[in-house]
Amino acid sequence: MKLLTHNMLQCHIKGVKNGYPLKIEAEKVEEREQDYEPDFLRHIFPRINWDALREGAAAMGIDDLPESASEELLEDDEFLKKFHHALLEVHLEEGALVCPETGRKFPVSDGIPNLLLQEDEC
Amino acid sequence: MQDEDSFALVDALAANLEAWQRCPPRLCLEVGCGSGYVVCSLALLLRQAGAAAQLLATDVNPRAAAATAQTLAAHQVRDRVDIVLADLASALLPSIAGLVDVLVFNPPYVPTPDEEVERGGIAAAWAGGERGRRVADRLLRLVPALLSPRGEMFLVAVHENDPPELMQLMEAAGFEARVALQRSADEERLTILHFRRRPGETAGAAAAAAAGGAAAAGAAGAAPAPE
Repeated sequence: MKLLTHNMLQCHIKGVKNGYPLKIEAEKVEEREQDYEPDFLRHIFPRINWDALREGAAAMGIDDLPESASEELLEDDEFLKKFHHALLEVHLEEGALVCPETGRKFPVSDGIPNLLLQEDEC
Repeated sequence: MQDEDSFALVDALAANLEAWQRCPPRLCLEVGCGSGYVVCSLALLLRQAGAAAQLLATDVNPRAAAATAQTLAAHQVRDRVDIVLADLASALLPSIAGLVDVLVFNPPYVPTPDEEVERGGIAAAWAGGERGRRVADRLLRLVPALLSPRGEMFLVAVHENDPPELMQLMEAAGFEARVALQRSADEERLTILHFRRRPGETAGAAAAAAAGGAAAAGAAGAAPAPE
């Protein structure tokens, strides 16, 4: 699971109001090279929750993202490459995503997060 | 026989290749990825189109998710597609709202008693409840929220699902609807429907229209509230 996906996931248990962002508990992280595509990065940047990305990246051992980011940075190649790496090249293979409100853990196994709910949660 | 629907869907996607070369989608979502054949084909098509795109795939079945991972890896596109075990798009909304450029859904469309839809397990792959529409209708209510301003959706339907009514529902929700492909396979008459946001239609207006359309269909309300 990439941090791009993490940025779009939330705890959807019935009644939960602050289920975002999910906290990452990393057991196994893999970094795999992906084509560098500035077009994609510029397109997606305005919709990325920066704090969630930065927090998730830190949990996966990536701590070179700036504290805040604005659209002007998209002209900066060095920034784009860091953004690209954190967003698309760092994969959570094993671990868990934890709801910040309830502490419910959603396991991540073989890179696949399991957000399925039990019957009493929906 | 069980693969004919996937083949038809991928043929309809492939027919869109030129449009995607001109205007590449950035984020794609397949709901209910099953074996992974469709999302893998879409990833390969987008690579062929030179589109810098990322894909997401959901399924409720862990074995389907694992099969999809294997299919993607075998075709060297595993890193293009993230797989999430989730019901429809439930864990993705609302943060993915307005971001999906291409949405693909081959729902469980076989008419069955409604109870079979809830049974889970392998039946989830085909049990569609009354008119085979129970699951498709649940996702269609989310579509106005999910799709980006340029967003489009490809949906598999069979005759029993009443494709003309599906088209009317989506037209009422602010979409252009067309039949992308029709094919007879064994006992089934397959239709691939293609919906795209009507130009100039804002997501908000479309969502409001969808609420009306869904209400007319006897449904409970608009996206993105989970059930």
